[in-house]
Amino acid sequence: MRKDLIQVDDLARQDIERILERAESFAEVSGREIKKVPTLRGRTIVNLFYESSTRTSSSFELAAKRLSADVVNVKSTGSAVDKGESLKDTVQTLSAYDPAAIVIRSPHAGAAGLVARWSAAAVINAGDGKHEHPTQALLDVYTLRRRLGALEGVRIWIVGDVLHSRVARSGIQAFARMGCEVTVCGPPTLIPRGVEALGCNVSWSLDGIGEADVIYALRMQNERMTGSFVPSLREYAARYQIDGRRLRPNQLLMHPGPVNRGVELAGEVVDSPQALIVQQVESGVVVRMAVLYELLAGGGPAREASRFTQEDPTRVEPQPA
Amino acid sequence: MRGALSGALERAGGPATGSILIRGARLFDPRAGLDRAGDLLVREGEIAEVGGARQLEAPPEAEVVEAEGLTVLPGFVDPHVHLRTPGREDEEDLESGTRAAAAGGYCAVLAMPNTDPVVDSAPVLGSLRERARDEARVSTGFLAAVTRGQGGEQLTEMAELADAGAFAFTDDGLPVARSGVLRQALQYQRLAGRVLALHEEDPSLSGAGVMHEGEVAAVLGVAGIPSVSESTTIARDAAIAGFEGGRIHVQHVSARESVVAIERARAEGVAITAEVTPHHLCLTEDSVRTLDSSFKMNPPLRSAEDRSALVDALRSGTIDCVATDHAPHAREEKEQPFEVAPMGVTGLETAFAALHTRLVLPGVLDLATLVERMTCGGEPFGLEPPTLEPRADADLCLIDLDAEWEVGEAGYESRSANCAFAGQRLTGIVRMTVATGAVAYRERSFAIGAVA
Repeated sequence: MRKDLIQVDDLARQDIERILERAESFAEVSGREIKKVPTLRGRTIVNLFYESSTRTSSSFELAAKRLSADVVNVKSTGSAVDKGESLKDTVQTLSAYDPAAIVIRSPHAGAAGLVARWSAAAVINAGDGKHEHPTQALLDVYTLRRRLGALEGVRIWIVGDVLHSRVARSGIQAFARMGCEVTVCGPPTLIPRGVEALGCNVSWSLDGIGEADVIYALRMQNERMTGSFVPSLREYAARYQIDGRRLRPNQLLMHPGPVNRGVELAGEVVDSPQALIVQQVESGVVVRMAVLYELLAGGGPAREASRFTQEDPTRVEPQPA
Repeated sequence: MRGALSGALERAGGPATGSILIRGARLFDPRAGLDRAGDLLVREGEIAEVGGARQLEAPPEAEVVEAEGLTVLPGFVDPHVHLRTPGREDEEDLESGTRAAAAGGYCAVLAMPNTDPVVDSAPVLGSLRERARDEARVSTGFLAAVTRGQGGEQLTEMAELADAGAFAFTDDGLPVARSGVLRQALQYQRLAGRVLALHEEDPSLSGAGVMHEGEVAAVLGVAGIPSVSESTTIARDAAIAGFEGGRIHVQHVSARESVVAIERARAEGVAITAEVTPHHLCLTEDSVRTLDSSFKMNPPLRSAEDRSALVDALRSGTIDCVATDHAPHAREEKEQPFEVAPMGVTGLETAFAALHTRLVLPGVLDLATLVERMTCGGEPFGLEPPTLEPRADADLCLIDLDAEWEVGEAGYESRSANCAFAGQRLTGIVRMTVATGAVAYRERSFAIGAVA
């Protein structure tokens, strides 16, 4: 493991497996009444969010708190960022607090990589533009592996707006690295030219989707529904919506959320037992705990935190009376 | 510099009066068929004499340059630089930009008009020329805008601007997007009599793109600029130029499809010339994988196939000349995420060394062709290429073809550091540049001694 988690390509298969196993052990902690472990006590984690986000930011916050870290949340609105402070200056200012990690979400590709260059902290990319969202990919892999046991040879179809999706870009690579066979499917206007380079097949129609073991639907963002990417929502839904007719009984369904019911997914499949959507959200916390542990206390490069590595991360500290 | 438009060039210092004797160098001027060891005497702005090695006598007061192991080349001419003056003198001014040019072996540069204010009126042009007479270390010409404020709508007073010394017309940085406006500019060219230099791009195809549309953009999730954005606009503009009997110069060609469009236009008799940058000849979209904004420019770095098509086109002459598109940017502007950072890289100080290292040394292009393509940048606009023949203007540079250096290690002469070759080890160092008989640049470590 490197100092940071910027993109899926930073992770070897064994890194992913180690994180998944760590997440499993944290899942056990999450089942306890007291869900906290002392691993990161006294250390500071900054959540720097330049885009609105509910599930990712809350999940990172919760993950950090369950590891007993101190958490500082910085949002772009109402902060110095609003006053025109550059990303570099913001990072240097926050670095003065000597954070162990900076979690950053930005509307711009490469922002997390820049922060990693400017800061000694471990930097975790929580989404940079349309580039990558590696912790989402890890939690997707975790969720699916929990359900299926093994991922080797599993066929996954990722359906929808691949062009604008960081979830797709990270997901394709992570699933492929775990031995899955990935196909992306969507209207040609929303599939980037050259996407095969990520290690996937391309299909313009759902015709062959019967072969899929897992259908991963992407969120169709409101701003893409108009304009020339798709002629109309009606035509998009007619061609690409996953509904009860298209989802076969032996297939699993995933979605990064939030779902547009009636657009990429019909209501009936969202609520079906084949859907793993709620499990994906649940997995978010333990997987992000595992990532924080891995970078700050685990198998990462020798950092000042290495004294924690000998401890059992799941050991619950006696609470003061 | 000589040629129909040499009178529109400006340089500080007035006519050179002294003498310089370069002794024992390799004299290399492929256009003149010259390649031998010899001495070269510069006197009063001209090449006074070329003789055998250690055969010329130094006149009294002459500077004598011991140039054993060095090569004298005709000075380079760059038809495409951004000197950021007026308006962004924090990024570059006429002195620093022409110092960077001289450090790269250039004896003449042509500056683009996309400044603040835009060079779209005779008074702005006049004040720039006046400033250049005080500050420019090498001969400097200024292009004026095709449309007022580069707005793409209303033509500038092209005839008056031409009289005031506009070298050519361009809206560089932006295309002349509307076909009708370009047609009018080409019709008006009959009055103004200057070349139209064109930034070829279709905004509706480029959209929000910031890099080449291809595999790397797909992996990075960054919006792409397709090659056809450039090539279709070249085809359109060439068709209109052919129809109007106009004369166009295609700026910074980046795509294989564009080379095809230029070949076709030329085959049909269109008066068209073209330039290509060192970064498009040496680098590809692969460099963008790290999302380092030092590799962000417009047009973007394209695929390996595009790069090799550009090299072939430069070799065959389909592309006439090398242009740096030297585009300085402030550090804080480039230190932003890739999608937000401005487009453009500096290139004057590295052009020869990069091309020599990446194309000549591996045997892809011969040195003679490179020198020809780097010295003829003024030709499409009415400047004769510099030469080492006696009685020519003394525009030349002295290069150590074997010396290695690391780009940026010793800083830059330019005020800006956004160089696409930063950190690379290159072979070939410019030791000295002479522009119209005057020393415009001397590398710090390069010792010279004046002989009485």
